[in-house]
Parts: sequence; structure tokens; C-alpha cells
Amino acid sequence: MLTISMGSPDQVCASLRAQIIVAEAQLAGLKRDLANAEQAARSETATIAETQHEEDQNGEERRWPLLQEEYKRYGRQMIVSQVGLKGQLKLRSAKVLLVGAGGLGCPAAQYLAGAGVGTIGLIDGDTVEVSNLHRQVLHRTKNVGKYKVDSAIESLRELNPHPTYIAHRTHLTPEEAPTIFKDYDLILDCTDNPATRYLISDTAVLLGKPLVSASALRTEGQLMVLNNPPRPPGDKTGGPCYRCVFPKPPPADSVVSCADGGILGPVVGTMGVLQALEAIKVITAPEVDGGSNSTTASPRDPPYLHIFSAYSSPLFRTIRLRSRRVNCAVCSAEPTVTLDTIRSGSMDYVFFCGSANLPSLLGPEERISAREYNQRHPNVTSDSSQLHTIIDVRDETQFGICSLQNSINIPISNILSSSYPTALQKADDEQQAAQVPSWLPSEVASSESTNPIYVVCRLGNDSQIVVKKMKELGLDQHGKRFIGDIRGGLRSWKEQVDSSWPEY
Amino acid sequence: MADTSNADQGEFPISITVEFTGGLELLFGNERKHKVVLPARLEDGSRPNISYLLKYLVNNLMKDQRIDMFIMEDNVRPGILVLINDADWELEGEETYELQQGDNIVFVSTLHGG
Repeated sequence: MLTISMGSPDQVCASLRAQIIVAEAQLAGLKRDLANAEQAARSETATIAETQHEEDQNGEERRWPLLQEEYKRYGRQMIVSQVGLKGQLKLRSAKVLLVGAGGLGCPAAQYLAGAGVGTIGLIDGDTVEVSNLHRQVLHRTKNVGKYKVDSAIESLRELNPHPTYIAHRTHLTPEEAPTIFKDYDLILDCTDNPATRYLISDTAVLLGKPLVSASALRTEGQLMVLNNPPRPPGDKTGGPCYRCVFPKPPPADSVVSCADGGILGPVVGTMGVLQALEAIKVITAPEVDGGSNSTTASPRDPPYLHIFSAYSSPLFRTIRLRSRRVNCAVCSAEPTVTLDTIRSGSMDYVFFCGSANLPSLLGPEERISAREYNQRHPNVTSDSSQLHTIIDVRDETQFGICSLQNSINIPISNILSSSYPTALQKADDEQQAAQVPSWLPSEVASSESTNPIYVVCRLGNDSQIVVKKMKELGLDQHGKRFIGDIRGGLRSWKEQVDSSWPEY
Repeated sequence: MADTSNADQGEFPISITVEFTGGLELLFGNERKHKVVLPARLEDGSRPNISYLLKYLVNNLMKDQRIDMFIMEDNVRPGILVLINDADWELEGEETYELQQGDNIVFVSTLHGG
């Protein structure tokens, strides 16, 4: 208990310092005692376990397949009829691989470790970043910079020391995927890009492993259990694979990442938790006793896609999926993708999915650097030669986080969604009116003005699209008016001009 | 335009619900749910199917000009699932499925984040 003596502020401080020293000494003593007590408890547990083991070997006593501590630890889930002792033992002997230790992988691994899955492998080549922490719940602030798999396993061990944890500090590659997957019974796809998703599904199918696949973006998530049951390619009773559902990858420029689109922590968390749940269901499912007569054995569950939408009601909807595709490139009777084509690289996943690297749409004369823009227009001025327009084409939400002084916000979605007749379709006298799109403030669109227009966005991609569009509309008055973008967007503004700029 | 004579045969326009999720709503004015009324019969006497609906949506409902974010080669672009009354359209005949009164059609763009 702290006592604050009356006296001068100096005396109060001195007294508090003295009390803190005493309290810290007491705390240190308690920590020592605890460490000793824990040591003693550990050796006692080990002795008990050894004794049990000996008894098991001697066969003298009834066998207890789990440790005393495990009965307590897993008791609440073991008394659920769908699990039971049998299910718990299946969990203990299960080997689960999670590809990705991020927003999906963290909660999924947490629940699987908690549930007592015997072997948990994690594969991820990334390191923890501050921007991960709001959703990747196994990582701690102190572990920023550390490999995600090491950070995750550190947390998992604190949660449950029993499972064997295996760290694969690498991004999944086609060369290694078959070798890594073969040691596991079940795969969880917790990744964030189409190329890896196809690789995971293909490898899982060809090695006969069921796959729990999830994804999330902004306020929505999706979940599927694929290749369940995991029958060989050509066996129609097996569950569909990722390629059965999506035979062709989406165009690369339609793929939005969490970094670009945003993601709510509990949304991706929900999907990760559901992956763990589906994994537990697959592992503890009663055997389908098909024996040799596999044609009569029906899939345990018809294939479903579960869609979660945080701002819709109902929150979840479940969609019946197709069964295996007869001409599937992987799981049909005539597969074109095999373990050999994966390993050798002749199945090129990056090429298959394409890449969204935007080609530069504008010439160098149409772009200026952030530094140059700042030099040309250093500050607000009434000098008309300095007058210019700076248009920020990020969405309203991002503009609301931070924006350049005097910039006006016209989200690119407004620009791309407005329909307007092109000048060619209109009679000459109407041409002028037709050329001014509704999204552009009239003073900016005025044909009297030749003040330059600059377009800026977060990274310098959308701004190019908008500049191109504005020129197509003739707003540059056949070259009399400069319209250009800021190369590298607001990120380069931070690098070159204003280091205090908040980068989100 | 619906042929008015069809009304005599008890053929009313077909009311359906169309929903967009997975980010597709951004192409449709950021509205997820739309009520759509289609004629019971088209000019050639056929009934409106999913193919017709796709054209209708692009011409009447889509706000974004990037049509290839929704349609490619006269079909939905890869990465979009079409659900007819909560089942994958591949279970229902895909684009040839003829729309029925009260149908719920959902377009889902796959997500890849994680």
C-alpha cells in the first residue's frame, strides 16, 4: 500500500521512490519463489507422466490415454458428444498445416492449438509489421520484425505446450509444396493471393489431403471445405477442389488485397475461427465405413460456400456448391496438373494468374515528382500564375484520414461510374456542355482557364487512369492546359516533401 | 418491352431480387440489393434467362464503366460465382436458366485477402 506523506513536492517524490524500491524488491522475491515452485511442479508432472507410462507398459492398470492435465485442459470440449475421448485422440494424432500466419492463420492456429491438435505446422515467409497487429492476434507489438511463424509459435506455446509446432519460414513454392504437404493430414489455406490458392488446392488434391479454404476483405469473408472427402483424381465421390469452383483465375486487376481494400480484424478473425472449427469437424468426423465399396460412400457433407457479410442481415449465407468437375485440370480422370508439373515448374502459377503491375499509362512529360510539385506550388498564394488545381482521387474515407492542403476530393469511382456522351456523338453547339462531366467542379472545367490540373492518389496508379480520362474528355484543351499526376502518389509525398505525413 | 397481349394469358412481368457481394456492389452504385422487373416474354417469344439478365444489368444497373470487371466474353468474368436461389448456377443450367417469379440471384466476387 502506498502512503503519500505530506510535505514538499520533493519530499513526496523521494518517499515514492523509496516505496517503489521496496515494492520492486518484494516483487523480485515473489518471482523467484514462483520460478522455484514452477520448476518443482514441472518435475512432479514429469514423474507422474513417467509413472503412468511405466504402468501402461506393465499393463497392470487400466490405461489412461491422456495425461491428467489433458483431461482437465480438454474436458470442456471432450464432453461435447461430437468430440468425446475418441475425437480428442484423433485431434492429438492429427497433423495440420496452416499456410499463412496472418489474419486467418493466427486465430485458426490459436483454436487448433487450444483444442489439442498434436502437430501444427505454420508456413509463412513474412515478418510481423505494425499494420498486421489489429487483426493477426497471435503477434505482439514486441515481435514486430520477427518471422510471423516464430512469433505465432511463441504465443501458441504459451497457450498450449503439448502440441508439436513446426515452423516453415518461407513462402510456399511449387518446388517445395509437395514435400511439405505430404507430412500433414489436413491443410488450411490462410493465404492472400490467387496463385498460392491454386497451388495449395492442386497439391492438396494430388496428395489426398482435405483443404479448408478461407478468405476475407473489407467487411466480408468466404469459407469452403474442399477435396472432402479426399478421393483420388477421377473419383467422382470426392469433394470438389478450388479449380472445380473457379476453373479460371480472376483477372489480376480485379484482385484487391487487404492493404489496398482494407480489412476489419473481427471479420477475418471470424473466418479464421471458422476454419479451425471446420478443421476440428473434419478431424473428428466418424469414419465413413466405405471399405472397398467406395462408390456407395457419399461425401460426409455436400460441398458448401459460406459467405459472411458483417453489414448484411443475415450475417451468414450458405450456398450449395457443384460437385467435382468432369473436366477439372486436377481432380478429374484426365488431369493435366500433376505433382510432376507442379514440382518442375511447368505449371506456372504466377503466369496462370497474371500480374496486375500496371503499365505506365502516362509519358514522363505528363508526370511530376512530389518534390517538383512542391517546388512549383510551395504554398497558398493569390498570385494567379501560381493558381492550380490538385485533385485527390482516393475514396472519401481515405481522404478523410489525411489530405493535402487545398486538394479537392473526387473519388476515382465517381469518375469511372459517371456516364456522359462523348463529344463525337453530339452536335457542335452542344459539344461544350457535353464535355463537362458532372463530377468536375465547373470552375475547374472552365474553358477560359489554363491553370494546370494535378491528380494525386495513394501510390500513383489511379491518378494515371484519371489523367488519361480527363485528356480523353478534352479537358487539356489540345495541350494548352497541363494535366498530369504526381508520380508515386502520397507515399512519395511523404518520402520527398513531408516526413510528418501520416502513412496508413 | 413486354408484349401486352401476354397479360391475357396470365403472364405478368417477372420480379426478381439481384444481389451483389464480395466488392461487386461497388460497380453497382454501392447498393447490394436490387429489385429487378423483367418482361415475362422477350420479343422473340422466349423467356428471359440469366444471359438476358446479364445484359440487362450492364445496360440498366451498372454504374461503373469498367464492364470487364463484371462481364467478359458475354459471360460473367472468372472469379464471380452466380447463385440461383442459394445454389451454384452450375447446378441450375448456368446462363440458360430461365428466371422465375421471385427468384433470388446473387453475384459473388471471390475474395483473396487473408
